[in-house]
Amino acid sequence: MSQKSSKGVSRRMFLTSSGAAAAASAVTASPEAEAAAPGLQVVSGETSITLRVNGKSMKAKVEPRTTLLDVLRYQFDLTGAKPVSVDGSSGASTVLVDSRPVLASTVLALSVVGKEVMTCESLADDAVPRAFVEYDAQQCGFCTPGFVVAVRAFLNRHPSATEEQILAGLNGNICRCGTYANILQAVISLVKGNKNG
Amino acid sequence: MAEVQYGWPVNHKARLIGKRVSRVDGHEKSTGTAKYTYDINLPKQLIVRALGCPHARCTVVGVDMSEAEKVPGVVLVHYLKAPKPGDDPVEIHADGTLLMAVAAETEAAAAEGVSKLEVIYRPGEPFVADHDLEAAESKQRTKKAGGGIELDEVLGEPGEEDDEEEWEEKTLQLLFDQSRYVVEGRYGIDAITHCCLEPHGSTLHWEGDRLKVHLSTQNVSRTDDGFADALKITADEVDVHCDYIGGGFGSKFRPDYWGVAAAEIAKKTGRPVKFLLTRDQELKIGGNRPSGFIDVRLGADENGVVQVWDSHHWGSSGFNGSTISVGNFPYVFRPKNWRRRATGIITDNEPSVAWRAPNHPQACALTQTAYDDLAAKMKADSLDIFLRNLENIDSSEKAIVYAEQLRIAADLIGWRKHWHLHGRGRKRGAVVEGLGIGIHKWGGTANSSNCLLKIHPDGGVESYCGTQDLGTGTRTVCAIVLAETLGLGIDAVKVNIGSSTHPFSGASGGSTTVGAVSESHRRAAQDALAQIFVLVANKLDVPVERLEASNGSITVVGYSDKAMSWKQACSLIGIQPLEVTSNYKRGSDSPLSSSNVAGCQMAHVAVDTDTGVVKIIKMVAVQDMGLVINRKTAESQIYGALIMSIAAALFEQRINDPKTGVFINSELDNYRLPRLGDTGNLVVHIHEPATERVKGVIGLGEPPAISGGAAISNAVCNATGVRVPTLPLTPKRVLDALRIAKG
Repeated sequence: MSQKSSKGVSRRMFLTSSGAAAAASAVTASPEAEAAAPGLQVVSGETSITLRVNGKSMKAKVEPRTTLLDVLRYQFDLTGAKPVSVDGSSGASTVLVDSRPVLASTVLALSVVGKEVMTCESLADDAVPRAFVEYDAQQCGFCTPGFVVAVRAFLNRHPSATEEQILAGLNGNICRCGTYANILQAVISLVKGNKNG
Repeated sequence: MAEVQYGWPVNHKARLIGKRVSRVDGHEKSTGTAKYTYDINLPKQLIVRALGCPHARCTVVGVDMSEAEKVPGVVLVHYLKAPKPGDDPVEIHADGTLLMAVAAETEAAAAEGVSKLEVIYRPGEPFVADHDLEAAESKQRTKKAGGGIELDEVLGEPGEEDDEEEWEEKTLQLLFDQSRYVVEGRYGIDAITHCCLEPHGSTLHWEGDRLKVHLSTQNVSRTDDGFADALKITADEVDVHCDYIGGGFGSKFRPDYWGVAAAEIAKKTGRPVKFLLTRDQELKIGGNRPSGFIDVRLGADENGVVQVWDSHHWGSSGFNGSTISVGNFPYVFRPKNWRRRATGIITDNEPSVAWRAPNHPQACALTQTAYDDLAAKMKADSLDIFLRNLENIDSSEKAIVYAEQLRIAADLIGWRKHWHLHGRGRKRGAVVEGLGIGIHKWGGTANSSNCLLKIHPDGGVESYCGTQDLGTGTRTVCAIVLAETLGLGIDAVKVNIGSSTHPFSGASGGSTTVGAVSESHRRAAQDALAQIFVLVANKLDVPVERLEASNGSITVVGYSDKAMSWKQACSLIGIQPLEVTSNYKRGSDSPLSSSNVAGCQMAHVAVDTDTGVVKIIKMVAVQDMGLVINRKTAESQIYGALIMSIAAALFEQRINDPKTGVFINSELDNYRLPRLGDTGNLVVHIHEPATERVKGVIGLGEPPAISGGAAISNAVCNATGVRVPTLPLTPKRVLDALRIAKG
């Protein structure tokens, strides 16, 4: 895997630096910082940033340790992504960052500055939640937004997925109520009906 | 006005009842706009995080909170179970017990505050070996948990000279001596947790002396009293709301001590408070299902009909030391002669709480594995043995239902095609396949429920009921019942639930909710419609008994020219809305609901004998439930229950470190739950013969979550010819059992 991101920030450097600085500071490359001095910037304390979320620019006050999930939920009141597990092993906080599924509970808000964040709320008119309703792929519904985003990301990459691919490709999310059979049917219907939106 | 005769429409006349209706709140849930307790953000709210005790057993001597209080953003440090200065030290008996709470401006600040708390602990000696009866006895960690005996009257009674226990022992031995087949076994099932994805907790604030609580609860109508009692106010000063709940499974009926603490913190700080457990805390103290282990001996006649059962089971529900209710043994099957004993084990774990079908999944697995071992011993077909033993079950009137269900399930799983004697299947490489059965029962009596129905003069319809949607689709059920009764489309009724300010409705526990709201909403709609019919009959000058409500109109049977639209009919109400409150009291006779269902499940599994991995090829659930209100969500309940059964049979278990007692797998990366690719092909069949449909609504939530574990265990035994005695059937346990069997 490449160590370079599109912003020229080495993943290794980011991790090393943020690890060395513990929770007090992190290293990132904000658009503002890049304009002045391309490369890395040490950030500590509370900072104002602008995030692109669901196509809108939104201002947030964050510390280096602030997760994307906390910003979405507490500052933007976008509560579709859920805090189920700190390590992301439930998939309930799945959002899209530059079209890739990421776990908002494990991503620092500062690291997504300049990127396009899409949450479940942006999929209001999408075929995926419609199929979830049609196939009743939800019970208590707490895991559902994370699943919906994961399915959207999966279908973007595999619009003609086979059942085997579906069964192998959506194992990052947990549903405790047991809606997997319904989710499987919903995804199959999207593939078969070519209703990928 | 004549008294309203409550009842359900006959099958062919129902437009919505029994049909496949999408959830009315499905869009909100699937697009992230449904607001759960965790999602409610109140202005200036504080976030609370708690320190859980890291020891299973210890004494907490004191706490230094000075460094925590210095953390930027921390507003208040609050005592939970830890002793306040000057108080006596506190004994702790469960890993995760909440000691202190920190209220802060952000989650991160609260968490940092928690990390700075200094607690002085005196370590204790924990005991967590809930499977080890001998060890528990030696450490005086046992409690008698009941028992009993019943012997066929033909065996006589002890004489006056006889010691009763000795006589019983002798008589049982005689029965075993007379048995053609005797099976002895030890079986077990580990404790699991509820693991609600939305952890337990609340977001609340005070409005003057009034407490407004958003609570993740299965008991909207009746947690106000719990808050009130703890806070020394009265229940009328507490409003509880829960529009959506992220899982409960039997664990969310109370405010819990952290809920009360949230209210105290809000009072002290004058700010709203959000206090939900962390994932680790949710697993440790949010709720668990007790373990169970059993020594069984059963004796059967030459046909494989069990004539005598003798069991002793034990297990733990935590530091209160009880175990699975002894009355459930043997499960469903009830031979003429039985003895059952139970011993509770006191372990250093949080006490268990109700878990979907309390006691039944464990009792089922611990009973019906032994019955399947009888089939293995006889070299008989398990299906035949289950069928033959239906002559001795605890609800004899259900025998015919079970027999029919077993036949349906056998067809659906391909029993005749795939069956082979235990351990005699064809091996493909290291993989062998097998079939297994479990059967179950449940009551499912409707809970008490009241519904306020308002019908406006402009035709608008709204209902109010203090029930909740646990994920079963309660709102949709209410809407279906109202719309069906009033002859309207489902979008024409506005259902309001999830508030303690609405009329009372019972807690969602024990498969009681769909029955409850069907009762109250059907009654309210029939009561209101009767009043509207009188107005319409007068206006149209037709006999009231000829009126029908359908397709947005009030029509008159035999008078095709005299229909009236719903809106026109409602305009007759007058200026004020028509308000009707209708009630159903749990246990009262009703043509709308009843109780007692049967169900059976079959599993077809593949076992890799090299790795010990068990895969579900197919599972079939056949379930009766009386009258089906919403087929779509009813099927979802059964699918979900099958998947939960797979979880407990193959994946999840609470693991306590044997030395420290600590619950070591309390995060989702190591508390294993099945994923999408783990469940195999699931088939659901709702069994609804006319004899069952006429019984009205019977609860469905619990029953399909019961017998899957037994079915899977039996299927693994059928595949390998070896009983893996304890659920979950982890790869290690499968390999250990295979190795032991090989000698």
